[in-house]
Amino acid sequence: MDLLTQPVGLSHYLIVGAILFVCGVVCMTIKRNAVGVLMGIELVLNGANLNFVAFSSPQLEGSAHGLGLDGQFIAVFVVVLAAAEAAVALAIALCFYRNHATIDVDRGNELNG
Amino acid sequence: MSAIHWDSFFFLFFALVTCVFAVAVVVSNNIVRMAAYLVASLCGVAGLFFLSGAQFLGAMQLMLYVGGTVVLLVFGVMLTAKGPFVSMQSGGGQWILALLTGGSLLAVLLQTVGQVRPIAEPNPAAIAAANPTTTQLGAGLVGIRTDKVGPSSSAGNKSGAYAGYLLPFEIISVHLLVVLVGAAFLARAKRRVRDTQQGLELGEEGLEPGT
Repeated sequence: MDLLTQPVGLSHYLIVGAILFVCGVVCMTIKRNAVGVLMGIELVLNGANLNFVAFSSPQLEGSAHGLGLDGQFIAVFVVVLAAAEAAVALAIALCFYRNHATIDVDRGNELNG
Repeated sequence: MSAIHWDSFFFLFFALVTCVFAVAVVVSNNIVRMAAYLVASLCGVAGLFFLSGAQFLGAMQLMLYVGGTVVLLVFGVMLTAKGPFVSMQSGGGQWILALLTGGSLLAVLLQTVGQVRPIAEPNPAAIAAANPTTTQLGAGLVGIRTDKVGPSSSAGNKSGAYAGYLLPFEIISVHLLVVLVGAAFLARAKRRVRDTQQGLELGEEGLEPGT
């Protein structure tokens, strides 16, 4: 109830970003489906983006001494790069599925020595 | 008891939506449900963006991520989810290792967050004064910064003109174009080659009983 009556600060946003990041890392390591691994990457990028936006927010950080709009610019670039990365990774996953007739990343072990 | 701080209430709501659905993405085994949970989690992140004063980024998150990237992922799911690939389980040992790694990483990150001190106190008055940042973002991309006025910015301008983000913006635009062409090249159906190969295989199969 204390959180409901107090204004939220920077660290609350950072905690949410940390939880998103860790969920993404665990998702990347645990999923056997290649598309599931991609979803983990999206979660990681969103956690990082949330931190950038929180650090650039004037009402959380105080004005003029924080990141300012720089954090939002970087977040815009991250969103665009995430879209590009998802497109290429999905094309690779489709190629993998066409060649191996499976989407299980454990099966892609031709380079295993 | 004082009145409910509505900003905090909505922050709590969006943060809960984000975190709960992110955990649901991790623990779910069905790939289709994972995509649905990911949509909800990304919508929660967009709500947090709106709440922290980044309206343009929140709208961009909704349009590009929820409307673009996740639709792309759902297409990937639809094209590859057949029979046993819809839900693939991981072993118990892998879960233990992943949870150990994730837990230790979360502990380190939370400890670091506890050491972060905001440079200024949270300023609720700035919320009311905050303008929509779309125009500022557009002007800042070409080098006109409205958010950094004062002695520090003028000192920065003396040492060298602020170049803005025009060059990174151009690079990322061309990068997106090249990536999309490359993705279309990678994912194209090699129909002619496969047809000829199938024809050859059929021919060989047709020949085999005779030989």
